[in-house]
Amino acid sequence: MNLDTSPKLACPDLLRLGGEHPVLLGSRCTDCGEVYFPASEGCTRCCSTAMEAFALGSFGTLWSWTIQGFQPKSPYNGGEAEADFQPYGVGYIEMPSGVKVESRLTIADPAQLKIGMPMVLVLLPYRQVPGEAPVYTYAFAPA
Amino acid sequence: MDNEVAIIGIGMHPFGRTDALSGQQQGAHAVREALKDAGIEWKDVGVAYGGSQDGGNADALSNQLGLTGLPFVNVANGCATGGSALASVIAAIQSGMAEIGVAVGFDKHPRGAFNPKPKDWGLEDWYGETGLMLTTQFFALKTRRYMFEYGITDDALVRIAQRAFRNGALTPHAWRRRELSYAEIAESMAVNLPLRKFMFCNPAEGGAALVLCSAKHARKYTANPVIVKAAVMRTRHHGSFEVFNPGLAAQQSPAPTVMASRAAFEFAGVGPQDIDVIQLQDTDSGSELIHIAENGFCEHGEQQHLLASGATDIHGRLPVNTDGGCLANGEPVGASGLRQVIEICTQLRGQAGQRQVPGTPRLGYTHVYGAPGVSAVTILQAG
Ligand SMILES: [Zn+2]
Repeated sequence: MNLDTSPKLACPDLLRLGGEHPVLLGSRCTDCGEVYFPASEGCTRCCSTAMEAFALGSFGTLWSWTIQGFQPKSPYNGGEAEADFQPYGVGYIEMPSGVKVESRLTIADPAQLKIGMPMVLVLLPYRQVPGEAPVYTYAFAPA
Repeated sequence: MDNEVAIIGIGMHPFGRTDALSGQQQGAHAVREALKDAGIEWKDVGVAYGGSQDGGNADALSNQLGLTGLPFVNVANGCATGGSALASVIAAIQSGMAEIGVAVGFDKHPRGAFNPKPKDWGLEDWYGETGLMLTTQFFALKTRRYMFEYGITDDALVRIAQRAFRNGALTPHAWRRRELSYAEIAESMAVNLPLRKFMFCNPAEGGAALVLCSAKHARKYTANPVIVKAAVMRTRHHGSFEVFNPGLAAQQSPAPTVMASRAAFEFAGVGPQDIDVIQLQDTDSGSELIHIAENGFCEHGEQQHLLASGATDIHGRLPVNTDGGCLANGEPVGASGLRQVIEICTQLRGQAGQRQVPGTPRLGYTHVYGAPGVSAVTILQAG
């Protein structure tokens, strides 16, 4: 995604931008190899605290999905009026390490969502309020 | 075992909406009903454990019931509050700390979906702000994956809700007492597909209380004691698929329900095939679907056939949620687990009226499950 200026992100620490695709960042336990998203300070598998940064990549497959059919209450801050709310897709994406990342999806059509389909990481302007810079979050789109 | 504990009194404040009463008043009402059922007075109680999520402290019930000086412990364990209170009372009686104990749960939640704050869960603000922090989403994502893995269709989800409301209509104290047709459920609003409006329970209000004593003294108080054969609580392991998780581990591990259920069956020395009447956590149709198998009552994937054949109906082989469960009663979190125990006691006493399971049920089972990955199971036997 090409953006003229650097985008305002809801979660800047979770992403590395600048390449062809955004990359999701997590952490890995140096004792047992378990991978975490988002980055974790400790390993709940082996109780170690020896963690290192780990890039999860930009591609995965759809592991589960739903459609958010009603406008969430706070702390959701999409900012649209209730009448303008559009249902959005949410899923877990299985990354090459095996970790499943919970994410907004760029599509919300049940007919187009199938467990196992390839997905790619993009930025999604989830908050678009007139007079404000849009706020982006990470999302997955069909690859 | 000669150290067993029995339930000698049960009491409820009906679940639903009671604008005129606080959560604590509904809890106190439930305790009074349970004391009356046991034929004792509050001053006879030697220990009490209780809790609520949004209804305030349980030990404040003493202000309404009487300041007798008893040790009253507040329990705060989410959906497992009732189960934890019950397990604690049992341990207190077994230890000789008291002859008679009370377990009480109550609640009064704001209307609408629970409204969690990311920081309370150790999560960053972005998780809530971007629209990922919803319990209904979690239930839907878990259900979708489960249905995919075991080849289950939407039909099973509809049938679970249909049975819940059918049983609720037979239950005088239930909140939702209108039967719903298959089509009404299957065509209701798509809240979080595959789950629809009538497949979710609502937050509610209410109270539930139990009076317990050593089983060897139980017949002094009642002709119908119910023996607690097991009361077990377990929490999640690494790799369990739980609510509010931005990332799931590469390898899945058995749910806390599986661990609690196995331990309870082992403790009671019985198996799933011995159970005559069952209460399973049904915050939504998908959760009950998963819990039927996680508690050992069928293999994963067999639910579709069990549900379609009526096996989980009141007159079926495995009667589930005979009072309509959370779907028909709503979920006052602190009270919900004890409602299940009360329904099983009512069934084992043969006092369930129109919803009574046939024959002479001897063994019953209750199961709660909730955030952040806890489960409590009891196995109860007609005394
Ligand atoms: Zn580790």
